[in-house]
Amino acid sequence: MSHNIYIYILVMAGVTYLIRLLPLTLIRKEIKNNYIKSFLYYVPFVTLAVMTFPAILDATANRWAALGGFIVAVLLAFRGQSLFKVSLLACLSVFVIELII
Amino acid sequence: MKDNIVAWKNGVKDGVPILLGYFAVSFTFGIMAKNAGLTPFEAVFMSITNLTSAGQFAALGIISASSTYFEMAVTQFILNLRYCLMSCSISQKLDSQKNFWHRFLVAFGVTDEIFGVSVCKNGTLNPFYNYGLMSAAIPGWTLGTLLGVLSGSILPDRIISALSIAIYGMFLAVIIPPARGNKLLACIIMISMLMSLLFTKLSVFSWISGGFKIIILTVLIAGIAALLFPIKEENEEELTDFSEQSAQAAASRGGAK
Repeated sequence: MSHNIYIYILVMAGVTYLIRLLPLTLIRKEIKNNYIKSFLYYVPFVTLAVMTFPAILDATANRWAALGGFIVAVLLAFRGQSLFKVSLLACLSVFVIELII
Repeated sequence: MKDNIVAWKNGVKDGVPILLGYFAVSFTFGIMAKNAGLTPFEAVFMSITNLTSAGQFAALGIISASSTYFEMAVTQFILNLRYCLMSCSISQKLDSQKNFWHRFLVAFGVTDEIFGVSVCKNGTLNPFYNYGLMSAAIPGWTLGTLLGVLSGSILPDRIISALSIAIYGMFLAVIIPPARGNKLLACIIMISMLMSLLFTKLSVFSWISGGFKIIILTVLIAGIAALLFPIKEENEEELTDFSEQSAQAAASRGGAK
């Protein structure tokens, strides 16, 4: 079964927009249920962690370079550096390590 | 009217760092979109209609694998569910004097970064401030995508390889700072990564697609964490607005954590 790419894009855009829109327009009161609040609070951390590791190790041409980039990103992020800086320096370390190897 | 223009200008100014960050990430997205077989128009169309990093990267995998539209919808729903919480928060901060229709436009620009910047503003939120942020962020996101698709093949392999790690660097920069001094959050992040590794390596789980792996692990780990460790106010460094509310709630409960 072949799929139309524009239908894919419209499906994802529709779902994503509704998620953003519905709370803004429908729910005007504070969410009281602490379980839902807690679940939603943890979601980005779990999702992004699952997406990052181990996928990050296969992202670059060389696995050791990726591991180096991963370590650099974790250390910089731990020191509270900005998204931009962490991203860029992770890229730079991959570039340098791949140059050496 | 004048207030609106001032708010818009402030938004544009505060949006510049977002623009730069988005440019680097969407450039990588453009490269990966090209590798996944998308045309420049398709990639830019996806960026301008979705404006979501993780969702779009996951979408490339789904499109490449020619998975079902249903899997696409569920993956986007789970990955972007966090916007729901952010929208709830923004809905309570938006200036209630402004026309209801502003909420339809503001909703389009709810991303991790725009949310993070806008809820940190003191007092009520003028929708024009969000429009200012969006005026900087959206061009950064779409232009980066376009240049990524177009120049992906011109750039040397080494640079593409290096840039491919940018999105993961950004993810780490989002999740790690709040985990500093918060052992629980640090543990949850480590468990998530470990489980993700197990799911990838163990052949028992090999039939599960990448998209559903994210869904299953997120629902499982975040669900259990919410059950065992309901949020307390100090966990919410990132979600300023909610921490205020929790602090108020805690105060009204007599200061109990």
